[in-house]
Amino acid sequence: MTPEFIVLVITGIVGLTTPILLAGLGELVVEKSGVLNLGVEGMMLMGALAGFGVTVMTFNPWLGLISAACAGAVLALLFGVMVLSLNSNQVATGLALTIFGIGVSSLIGSKMFQGRITPVFGSVFPNSLAKDPILQVFFGYSPIVYFALIMVPLVAWFLKSTRAGLILRAVGENDHSAHSIGYSVIGVRYAAIAFGGAMAGIGGAYFTMVITPMWSNELTAGRGWLALSLVVFAGWRTWRLLAGAFFFGILMSLELYAKGAGFSFVPSQFWAAMPFLMTVVALTFISSRGNVGASAPACLGKPFLP
Amino acid sequence: MRIKLERRPTPSRMMLIVTPIASVLATMLIGMLVFDLMGIDGARAVKDIFLSPLLLSYKWQDVALKAAPLIIIALGLAVGNRAQVWNIGAEGQYVVGALAAAGVGIAAGTAGGFFIVLAMVLTGVVFGALYALIPAILKTRWNVNEILSSLMLTYISLQILSYLVGGPWKDPNGRNFPATAPLTDSQSLPLLFTGSTVHLGVVIALIMPFVFWLMMSRSVFGYQVRVVGSAPQAARHGGFDAKQTIWIAMLIGGGMAGLAGALEFTGASHAINLGFPSGYGFTAIIVAFLGRLNPIGCLIAGIVLAVTYVGGQVAQTTVHIPNATAGIFQAMMLFFILGSEILVRYRPRIVTTAKPAVAGE
Repeated sequence: MTPEFIVLVITGIVGLTTPILLAGLGELVVEKSGVLNLGVEGMMLMGALAGFGVTVMTFNPWLGLISAACAGAVLALLFGVMVLSLNSNQVATGLALTIFGIGVSSLIGSKMFQGRITPVFGSVFPNSLAKDPILQVFFGYSPIVYFALIMVPLVAWFLKSTRAGLILRAVGENDHSAHSIGYSVIGVRYAAIAFGGAMAGIGGAYFTMVITPMWSNELTAGRGWLALSLVVFAGWRTWRLLAGAFFFGILMSLELYAKGAGFSFVPSQFWAAMPFLMTVVALTFISSRGNVGASAPACLGKPFLP
Repeated sequence: MRIKLERRPTPSRMMLIVTPIASVLATMLIGMLVFDLMGIDGARAVKDIFLSPLLLSYKWQDVALKAAPLIIIALGLAVGNRAQVWNIGAEGQYVVGALAAAGVGIAAGTAGGFFIVLAMVLTGVVFGALYALIPAILKTRWNVNEILSSLMLTYISLQILSYLVGGPWKDPNGRNFPATAPLTDSQSLPLLFTGSTVHLGVVIALIMPFVFWLMMSRSVFGYQVRVVGSAPQAARHGGFDAKQTIWIAMLIGGGMAGLAGALEFTGASHAINLGFPSGYGFTAIIVAFLGRLNPIGCLIAGIVLAVTYVGGQVAQTTVHIPNATAGIFQAMMLFFILGSEILVRYRPRIVTTAKPAVAGE
């Protein structure tokens, strides 16, 4: 194994990790506030659509990125109105959001952007660094990757060390107490949901702006659900979420390298199923260790009626 | 002036019936407006999607064929949802049920007839139920979230299907196309009338809601499911076992999804290819909620959703909107039905004058 090959493997893993890391960080904050939003897949698809569509139309990937975040947040706020203001069931509403996101993104995507392509939103470093066979392991990524990596310590710091983060966690652990000492439970949850949507939107945009810069329906292929599993897997802890995202990234990359590594006798479908299979195994392992699983926010998924 | 919600002493029966109907009507109205904004003839699109399948008699059998799996799956899911068990992997159980039926058919070789078809369908039920038992065991034994595990198993089932129809079960005479060999007549479900495509599964889908209605309203199990779902504390005091309820709810959900898959395979598609999983398992979740988790409601809601499927295909050719549009309408319906649920338990009142603050509020 040459160093160049190892670099190639690492950059591949980072690429697979980024979308679920972004969406997972967003969902972590949402769940910490006591809300379970199962619509991650739908929000990612809307982000993928908005990011790609705006980039195609304006030739400006930065605008595309902002639009992706906005599209995810807007869809998330629809969820927010439903579960926070109308007190609807969070599980069913999250599912509806995913179905809705699949439908809307497929309708607009296939009607307006089928067959269009844009340049990859790649590294902003000079080519001497970004294309270097070795140094690209540090400099060869899209700005979205660095954004995702910066968000990990930021979210960790926000949740652990800021006043706002403390309030958010209080709302998620004991909504009635937080309400009675004067915090707006609903307001905090709206903000968390919008943030989760924006992060999922950017995560989705990574598919259409970086991995394959073109539109195809349902291109996220279940990654939104992997991001949801990632939050459970991480035991609602930020740094473990990063580790989990890379673990899933490695699993997903197996499919790409298994054939080359002499595993061609194993059907390719086995490798494609691997991340989902391992997710079930990992969830079982994590959930069975009660002390870790117990760190789910106490009010997760429960409606709040003041 | 503001709107105040007052808790009703008992859930409103009227709202239980009015809100699903209003949800469908609201979906049609909003859909019409949105299509007009997009530059598509909205009135025409909504008419094609919601009415044409009912007005055109030759579309009725299409509606019946689409409604059958939706109703059958939704009945099972509604039982789980009532007990607050969230099986959203029905699509996977549907696929596994169909694959199991196909496996029996292939093992039987050229043999056919009543007992072979019966064995195929029943094996589908059993395997669907067993596939749903995995998340049930994981939930009760290791406290694994059943939403995530059942969904992961759906993605795994799609890979199993892809492997089987592209490998060991591939039709040798199929020009290398990944699909099973088409079933012979002797291994297929009987059709109701010669010349039509309506098969016995449609009759099963019409009978099942009444079986489930009897089970849910007249049996101890039905009572247990309702109590465990609505008042878990009381259920524990009453001696109802929550774990047992989860197991049975998942088995019923998976068994029904497996039944739907086996019936779809033996009755309608006659072969399994990569397009076999068409999302019935997910749409059935909408059916269950639109039907207010009531078996008879599921029957009606299944027909409504089937109409939108068939109508979506009509609109595809008449006003040139992609197939995904039906999905948007279905999701909108689910939004409305979930959002209006608050009216069942609360009474909105418009408060015009500022009332003095009540102590303790």
